[in-house]
Amino acid sequence: MAEAMQTAQSLPVGSAGNRSGGWWGVLALIVTEGSLFGYLLFTYFYLASQTEQHWPPDGLPTLLMPGVNTLILLASSVFVWASERCIQRRQMHWSIASMVLALILGICFVVIQLHEWSIKTYTMTSNLYGSLYFTITGFHMLHVIVGLIILMMLLLWIVLGYFDDRRYAAVTIGGLYWHFVDVVWLFVFATLFLSPYLY
Amino acid sequence: MSDVAQSKPDPNLTRVPEVGSAPIGSAAEMRLTRLWESAPGWRGWLSTVDHKEIGLRYLVTAFIFLLMGGIEALIMRLQLARPDQTLLTPEQYNQLFTMHGVTMIFLYSLPILSGFSNYLWPLMLGSRDMAFPRLNALSYWIFLFAGIFLYASFPLGEAPNAGWFNYVPFAGLEYNTGPNIDVYALGMVLLGISTTVGSINFVVTLFRMRAPGMSINRVPILVWGTLTASVANIFAIPSVSLAFFLLWLDRQTGTHFFDVVNGGKPLLWQHLFWMFGHPWVYAVVLPAMGIVSDALPTFCRRPLVGYSAVALSTMATMLLGFGVWIHHMFATGLPTLALSFFGAASMVISIPSAVAVFAWIATIWLGRPVFNTPFLFFAGFVLLFVIGGFSGVMTAAVPLDFQLNETYFIVAHLHYVLLGINVFPVVGGIYYWFPKFFGRMMNEILGKWSFWVMFIGFNVGFFPMHLAGLLGMPRRIYTYAPHMGWSTVNMVTSVGSFVFAAGILIFLINILISLKRGAMATQNPWDAPTLEWATPSPPPAYNFAVIPFVASRHPLWEDRLDEGGGRSSLEQGYLLMEGREMIGTTPLDAKPDIILKMPDDSYTPFFLGLFSALAFTGLLLHWRDFTVLMTLACSVSLIVWMWPRKALVQRVPDSIQDKGATHG
Repeated sequence: MAEAMQTAQSLPVGSAGNRSGGWWGVLALIVTEGSLFGYLLFTYFYLASQTEQHWPPDGLPTLLMPGVNTLILLASSVFVWASERCIQRRQMHWSIASMVLALILGICFVVIQLHEWSIKTYTMTSNLYGSLYFTITGFHMLHVIVGLIILMMLLLWIVLGYFDDRRYAAVTIGGLYWHFVDVVWLFVFATLFLSPYLY
Repeated sequence: MSDVAQSKPDPNLTRVPEVGSAPIGSAAEMRLTRLWESAPGWRGWLSTVDHKEIGLRYLVTAFIFLLMGGIEALIMRLQLARPDQTLLTPEQYNQLFTMHGVTMIFLYSLPILSGFSNYLWPLMLGSRDMAFPRLNALSYWIFLFAGIFLYASFPLGEAPNAGWFNYVPFAGLEYNTGPNIDVYALGMVLLGISTTVGSINFVVTLFRMRAPGMSINRVPILVWGTLTASVANIFAIPSVSLAFFLLWLDRQTGTHFFDVVNGGKPLLWQHLFWMFGHPWVYAVVLPAMGIVSDALPTFCRRPLVGYSAVALSTMATMLLGFGVWIHHMFATGLPTLALSFFGAASMVISIPSAVAVFAWIATIWLGRPVFNTPFLFFAGFVLLFVIGGFSGVMTAAVPLDFQLNETYFIVAHLHYVLLGINVFPVVGGIYYWFPKFFGRMMNEILGKWSFWVMFIGFNVGFFPMHLAGLLGMPRRIYTYAPHMGWSTVNMVTSVGSFVFAAGILIFLINILISLKRGAMATQNPWDAPTLEWATPSPPPAYNFAVIPFVASRHPLWEDRLDEGGGRSSLEQGYLLMEGREMIGTTPLDAKPDIILKMPDDSYTPFFLGLFSALAFTGLLLHWRDFTVLMTLACSVSLIVWMWPRKALVQRVPDSIQDKGATHG
């Protein structure tokens, strides 16, 4: 017999926070998605370092709107975090309000980003920089849209009363994904908007 | 967790798992069967999430791909048997060698190992299923659909034709205008999804799904091998998926990533491809080496020599494997410093590989080998590994590689490595675990025949390729002139390849005969040490009636080895039968951490896989609306899948009920 094993101990049942399978699964997903963005940014730096073209073709990027948009995205992450905290404290109304705010901020980011795209003088196919710019921001936009759908589902499930302080793993897991989408934007932002100032 | 310490515990949310025994035929055992069995007929077939069923499907599907790739190779060997043959046109030859490579490398070599690991992991780890059973089913379905997708254009004569590593600019639109490369690009992105979710499943399973007491230093080496491969895949697959996606964008939307005229760089393709490609090489051999490390000791009647050294060298190989991709690009004009660094790193890999080789040799040396068929395959593997490894070290030397690059020497090396380290352990592994899979032994006489014919055929077929390479024969030429001096080696190679194929045929005949008439297998016919042999052959749907408590690395040899640390408990353990349940344990020490609710069978994985494959088909055929529709269908499937369920306690339960007394 495995005497050392304590078998009479009480254990949580089902999806309990960071003991649930999904929590581990989303971490692994974040690692692989993070790698994807790593390779995307590698592609950018590789091509930028080898190019003979004027880089970026429009001159240095303006930082105001992308900077504001970055803050909007980060703020939405804060509200997703707050929404989860409110569930832990059984303040369901605050949780819902917080999640709605996070969603609105996320949608603002999308709208501003679409506007940013529309005022560019180049397209995805006009030059190499354009291909990189639109592919990288497009990949990120895709992740934001998936993230927003996740937030919408979480909001719906909170409204339906599926979660309280005892079981809310879905919010933790979905929230983690949204935080990833926001953090990875910082790398995209630093690459596309800040790094051109360095050379 | 705050809910654990609440004053009045809800048994739906926290409980003490019952310890007991459930011998076959008891009420508890019958309840477990009902809980875990899939529905009969096509319903169960489409919806099952049983890792054993999925594992066998992986094995069978991947083996069919092996046969298809093998037939492609045989046709090529007919063409090359003599100079100036006209059996194939150059374009047909291009498609054949490309599909041969794609099939063997992507559709056979990793999926077959996923098959073993899917089947064996939960059994070896003392679990009832993988961490994500539905994800496991999805991984298989997407693999199957991606395989069909990659082959769909073959009958039309439009198969991928730029070699399996598909270099640009040849694979670009300028030189390759047909659908060939688009099929390859989209198919690989689709297949990448399958590999990624499968890898995530393995990693989380290792961390969470081991039987109590199976601390990290007690897991079988196969688990180490597949874990290492899976972690590597999680990091490496995005690279190749991105490369193929960018290529597809270049071809279909007119972006400029690889477009030389507009500042794109063909070498970017090579970097992205090989940053994935080299870790992949280890992903398709490390689990196979794990098969040998686990099964060879059974036939040497002693534990593996140097368990920790082999486990660590497995991971070291992969770690180094991420830093050697440039050795595929020595001849591209990179700076000498880079060549020296990557050449040296490639040679360093021989150190962890040698550790494993010496561990196997020492295991044979110090044991009392039983010369059964599986042993022959594993011992043969060691020899082929040494030869393939040696030619690998040779090509790691930059000046020699300049000479040998793109010659048949490389073809010889990669076949020694991939067949030697993958196919031989795989066939040996099938001989070894066949009794577990199907409850019958395989025929020994046919088995020995299959080994010797395969082994001789392999060496006759592939060793002369070294010579062909040294004689300067380039790879991927569809024919050659008689005065080049390559005629004899090519004839010998062709003869050897057919002998090898005959060996495979004997193996297949053995499988068919043994399935029908093999001797019935006992629970542990080889007297092996690991947990999968503690279940009936074949194992029941629930695997283990009680979750065992593990006290050592060799639970079934404890009485003889007496390694200390007490005895494992296989008859008494956690019952866990309030629905499909498993114990979740801590990642390193495997202490009980949570009672996991496992999902029931579900059609969602099948439909999600189908809709994804159809979405990719839409992309390929430029059916925009169809693609959008299928993407929406994928989203709906995912939402259905993720919808929080009370049965899985993903939602808060309605009210406090006392269910504690209803079983037993």
